[in-house]
Amino acid sequence: MLDVRHATVAFSAPGGPLVRAVDDVSFTIPAGTFVVVIGTNGSGKSTLLGAIAGTVRLDAGSIHVAGHDLTGWRENRRARYVGRVFQDPRAGTASSLSVLENIAVAACRGRPVGLGWATPQRLRAEAAQRLAAIQPGLEKRLDQPIGSMSGGQRQIVSLVMATWHRPELLLLDEHTAALDPASADRVVQATAKLVRDQKLTALMVTHSLEQAARLGDRLLLVHRGKIAVDVEGGAKRRLSPEDLASRFDRLRRADQLDDPAARTLRDLYA
Amino acid sequence: MITLLATWTFGVTLALVALGVFVSYRLFAFPDITTDGSFTLGAVTTTVLLVAGHDPALATLGGAAAGAAAGACTGLLHAILGIEPLLSGILVTTALSSVNLVVLGRSNVPLAGTATLLDRAEAIFLPATTAAGFGDAAAEAARLIVMLSAVGIAVLFLWTFFRTNLGTAMRAGGDTATMARALGRNTGLLTVAGLAIANALTALSGAFVAQVQGFADVQMGIGMVVWGMASVFLGAALVGPVRLGGALVATVAGSITFRLLVASALRAGLHPDWLKAATALVVLAALIAPRLLTRRPQASAAR
Repeated sequence: MLDVRHATVAFSAPGGPLVRAVDDVSFTIPAGTFVVVIGTNGSGKSTLLGAIAGTVRLDAGSIHVAGHDLTGWRENRRARYVGRVFQDPRAGTASSLSVLENIAVAACRGRPVGLGWATPQRLRAEAAQRLAAIQPGLEKRLDQPIGSMSGGQRQIVSLVMATWHRPELLLLDEHTAALDPASADRVVQATAKLVRDQKLTALMVTHSLEQAARLGDRLLLVHRGKIAVDVEGGAKRRLSPEDLASRFDRLRRADQLDDPAARTLRDLYA
Repeated sequence: MITLLATWTFGVTLALVALGVFVSYRLFAFPDITTDGSFTLGAVTTTVLLVAGHDPALATLGGAAAGAAAGACTGLLHAILGIEPLLSGILVTTALSSVNLVVLGRSNVPLAGTATLLDRAEAIFLPATTAAGFGDAAAEAARLIVMLSAVGIAVLFLWTFFRTNLGTAMRAGGDTATMARALGRNTGLLTVAGLAIANALTALSGAFVAQVQGFADVQMGIGMVVWGMASVFLGAALVGPVRLGGALVATVAGSITFRLLVASALRAGLHPDWLKAATALVVLAALIAPRLLTRRPQASAAR
């Protein structure tokens, strides 16, 4: 379960006004729910995800995962409960290490590391089995440097790594945005399968309206640092990409009306 | 014969510096200038302990431990205070030049008449090398065997350590910090540990060099980081892309090759004053050679 209470993150450019990238946001994701987050560029959705992951410090509010207050925790400590997949496959995997060695590091997620052998036969067998289950063929590449794989394959391995031990919360940060459509599709299918099989609580940020409409049990649309739309259940299932596009349009138009420059122009010509 | 063997011994001894630089620069992408200071620190610490009559093995380990502490200092400056890698190393190595002078007491201390770890180990292999017909060079040959064993042990240690859970996490953190942090690792601490290991190896090399040449000098570490990089790059250029074990062996081979190149250059008439400049040129050549040899750039992995 994820519980975000009154989360606020403010930035200020030197000499510029204070901007609330995340503005008093509260929401709860019950255990086992798959939530999709969309938003315009600069809406604050990435900052919100960073605040949950621990890369961005909250100015006010709190973050609880599975009953644990993570608010003041550093990013690496949060790994005990949170699994993450990055947008850039190169950020989520260590290129010079083999696929199996990457998995070995993931097998220690949130646990103290000792001097035990990193890649024992047992780990190799389980890694082969899990990779084969999600994308047959990958299990034959355990000893290759992960840097030699395609972005899509690396994201599949990243997913297996993030969920090697079932995380209390899985954070997916536009994890298909850097991929070609065919690879993105495979990664989306793998994501849906893992979330379903492990009954994960997941938060996925995406740019794709098509993914946002098709995936997840609930949808949050973030706009100007706030949650502008929150749909779940039957309403979420009935959402189409076109619905989402028109909602975006409406928000943008409302924005323009709200824009001081637009208002000045309107006043001049009124 | 003796000269050739001595060249080899020196190259093998300095391979420990190359292994240290391999750890800091290749595994952690940390250009660690501390190398210059910690090499001397290892030499002076061991020399002072030997002269004071301590057990040679203990004295040698003491030198390595001092180097580890120096490396940890550089790591802490970077990880805790956020000072950039080059500057952290410069600060520590500058401070070390005072420390080294204070520890040694004067700029040069001979080890004549003091039993060293090398003398002791040499005695083990001397009967064998004498029997093998090395004649006058038997002692030098025994030394080479001692240093080859020491470097062999270091390579085995590194290969084993960097394949444990902790070592693999360190390599992951050095390669991609975002990934290691997302999986719960404190990448700052891992860097501190990595630099401690790197500088322990460098200081160990200094400790052995002092015993091989029979004296410690506060200037002896100057240029060691470039020497180490030259060996690492040369090794990489010799064998191409390989996994961890291969890269470690290549680094040792790079160090020996480089020492032989230097010896040949000197014999061919290169003035010793030009040695450091020639070293820098070799590093440059080793850096650009792989780029000139590969025809097309590697396709980007992330699409």
